[in-house]
Amino acid sequence: MEYTLFIMLLPVLMFLFLGLAGHKLRPAVAGILGCCSLGIVAILSYYAAWQYFSMPRVNGIYQPVTVFNFEWLHFTDKLHIDLGILLDPISVMMLVVISTVSLMVHIYSMGYMHGEKGFQRYYAFLSLFTFSMLGLVVATNIFQMYLFWELVGVSSYLLIGFYYSKPSAIAASKKAFIVTRFADLGFLIGILVFGYFVGSFNFETVGAGTGFGGAALLGDAARVMVPLALGLMFIGGAGKSAMFPLHIWLPDAMEGPTPVSALIHAATMVVAGVYLVARMFPLFIDYAPEVLHLIAYVGVFTAFFAAAIACVQTDIKRVLAFSTISQIAFMMVAVGVCTAATAHEGLGYMASMFHLFTHAMFKACLFLGAGAIIHAVHSNEMSHMGGLRKYMPITHITFLICCLSIAGIPPFSGFFSKDEILTACLEFSPVVYWIMSIIAGMTAFYMFRLYYGIFWGKEARHEHTPHEAPANMTVPLIVLAAITCVAGFIPFGHFVSSNGETYDIHLNTTVATISTCIAVVAILLATFMYRKAEQPVADMLGKKLRGLHTAAYHRFYIDEIYQFITHRIIFRCISTPIAWFDRHVVDGFFNFLAWSSQEGSWSIRNLQSGRVQQYAYAFFIGVIALVLILLFVVI
Amino acid sequence: MDITLQSIVFVLVALAMILCSVLTVTTKSLLRSATYLLFVLLGTALLYFLLDYTFLGAAQIIVYAGGIVVLFVFAILLTRSDKSLNAKLKVSKILSSAVAAVAGLVVFGFCILSHSFAGQIAPSGKELDMKEVGIALMGDGKFQYLLPFEAVSILLLACLIGGILIARKR
Amino acid sequence: MEIQLEYYLVISLVMMACGVYGFLSRRNTLAMLISIELMLNAADINFAAFNRYLFSNYEGHFFAIFGIAIAAAETAVAIAIMINIYRNLKSIQTKDLEEMKH
Repeated sequence: MEYTLFIMLLPVLMFLFLGLAGHKLRPAVAGILGCCSLGIVAILSYYAAWQYFSMPRVNGIYQPVTVFNFEWLHFTDKLHIDLGILLDPISVMMLVVISTVSLMVHIYSMGYMHGEKGFQRYYAFLSLFTFSMLGLVVATNIFQMYLFWELVGVSSYLLIGFYYSKPSAIAASKKAFIVTRFADLGFLIGILVFGYFVGSFNFETVGAGTGFGGAALLGDAARVMVPLALGLMFIGGAGKSAMFPLHIWLPDAMEGPTPVSALIHAATMVVAGVYLVARMFPLFIDYAPEVLHLIAYVGVFTAFFAAAIACVQTDIKRVLAFSTISQIAFMMVAVGVCTAATAHEGLGYMASMFHLFTHAMFKACLFLGAGAIIHAVHSNEMSHMGGLRKYMPITHITFLICCLSIAGIPPFSGFFSKDEILTACLEFSPVVYWIMSIIAGMTAFYMFRLYYGIFWGKEARHEHTPHEAPANMTVPLIVLAAITCVAGFIPFGHFVSSNGETYDIHLNTTVATISTCIAVVAILLATFMYRKAEQPVADMLGKKLRGLHTAAYHRFYIDEIYQFITHRIIFRCISTPIAWFDRHVVDGFFNFLAWSSQEGSWSIRNLQSGRVQQYAYAFFIGVIALVLILLFVVI
Repeated sequence: MDITLQSIVFVLVALAMILCSVLTVTTKSLLRSATYLLFVLLGTALLYFLLDYTFLGAAQIIVYAGGIVVLFVFAILLTRSDKSLNAKLKVSKILSSAVAAVAGLVVFGFCILSHSFAGQIAPSGKELDMKEVGIALMGDGKFQYLLPFEAVSILLLACLIGGILIARKR
Repeated sequence: MEIQLEYYLVISLVMMACGVYGFLSRRNTLAMLISIELMLNAADINFAAFNRYLFSNYEGHFFAIFGIAIAAAETAVAIAIMINIYRNLKSIQTKDLEEMKH
């Protein structure tokens, strides 16, 4: 399966080519080149997936395949950093997700970014991102994962700041970079601690397909330290996946072009944290189940928190951003509630991966749909929309399908994956299950609030009549919506499960019924409140719960708290004294050295006057002094 | 205490030399300065005669009085620096130099006068034999100076060539 | 009156002091050279006088002879340099001879 190398090579070559020679090409040529390379990557990925999953199972398990692995940095015989390609069920699944969404976004961008300045640069960055993300998922060891982890961070930074003449975009890109970098510090420390105590970075072949060969033989110290290392790694994952309280960068990242939001900040990069936890799952389950449950609780809180904020936002991309945070938190919860690696207790692992897959498709579709709407009305604000269903039928239908999917209405894909998550939660704890069900209801509510706000409701005045997006934008929407319609029927458990054995998804009837009922009730509520042009109930509620509404609208002031902590406390109490110390003491010391030597030189330079008589004078006085010393002191 | 002719000559020469030395360094005119130097050098030659070193005295007269002072006079005339010598000297410079010179005079004078040189041999009046001088300069035994003699001859040759090279017109 | 060693030494001391004074105070390089001659002569007198009064050999005598030779050589070279400098700078004042300082 050596051709998988091309999956990696093509985007990076395209990045170099478009980045270096792009400005000489016509924009359309650059776009078509990018799309073609991504098309080839997607075909290769599908072929690799087909080939991988049609390989015979050994003991009922798909064996991981290490296609390439070369030693890059050699420290000791046990500890070395490799670069390579590892194919196993989740990495193959991710290859398919990334290449599909990326291809759709590439095609979509041809229309969306048409005529933008820096079109070629945009495609170069997209290629860089695709390369980094693919490298991340096929990593053979944590360190390679970390390298690509940082690369996706950089490409995300570049793409958020794509409109670099816009101050808010610059601020957002900086914020995203700094917050994720801050979290990655935890990841790095985790890797180092892990490497020290386990003595290996490689995901070696063990049982379920991923794991660490030597991990079973850990000493006592490592048994204490490995959970710590895993917890630190989760901090990195939480930063990338926008878990509370490191979520603040994601809503701001919406400053980037909308297709970028769809690709990076909805479908692929932000689920890297979930992927990381899934990658380390065998270790989590064997050595640190309590860390896993901590992840679950963080996820529950984040899911609720983000859903609450999403209910009152008016910027459609912000709503989708908070919805993304909430949905990723669902995945985190799912993987966190696993109690053992056996098929039944490890249901959450499968559910998490399944939801990752379906969510990537419908959330990308939602974002691309939002992009089409923004393209049509030139605004992000819901108040500037309304009644668009007449003008944009295709966008309307695809958006509705995806809303139904995320709300959990059968037979769309979101129903199946969310149902698995809820079942896993129920097995873990009824409390978590009920909370998650309510959050699922909130999801349905805010998504339909969004839907009605855009397509129904009061019709806003438009400067010119909105029109349907061009074909290169609607085709990706249709494709993704179609996938959303059928993806739920994929026997996902046959491909991905916690221990690698086949697991048949069977709907838990009670859970399915309850969640569907909750979703339907939430949708009806949203319909009741937001469908009409006049929204008396919503306004009344907004007035009654003014405090709560304002707080949620301002995202519960988390950004302000960060601002306060960084500016008022860290900058003022720590950075300012350190800066003062640096400027005045450290610099001052060296300035003093320079100043004193300069002053000293100036004051003694007259000694070296070059006048022979002066020298002779000094010499003669010296002789007299010596004679006097010899006469009266020495003797 | 008998006053011999020798001592009268010595006192006169000594006084003249001291006077001329002072005048050498205080006179305004360079040419005059060179002339006083000539007197000092001649006085020195006389002192050598009094010490019975007639060869040394003769060499002093020939080399210094006949050679160096003439060179000086030529140089002074060639560079016509009388004019610039008239430029006023700085008082502070004169004072500091005088202080240094007087301090040296006092200190070294104190050294000389406070020390008693035991076992002085009075000059016998028998002058140094020319033959002895010649043998000492040409021999390579103890108290004989062939090597320094040759070294000095090479030095003189070198400075002859050097002087020509430096001063010649290009 | 017996002529004693100290008398010679006093004469040479005064010559020496005059040489020092001249060397330190004069601004014309030729005048400084003259002062150097004075000092060299003082040294020669010391050689000769010490040799005559305190020793029975002739070492000091020959030192004085070589001293005269070296003084002659030095003066010849120095004056050649002076003339060359004068030809280039039209001055042999010490304050003007600062080209090599920088």
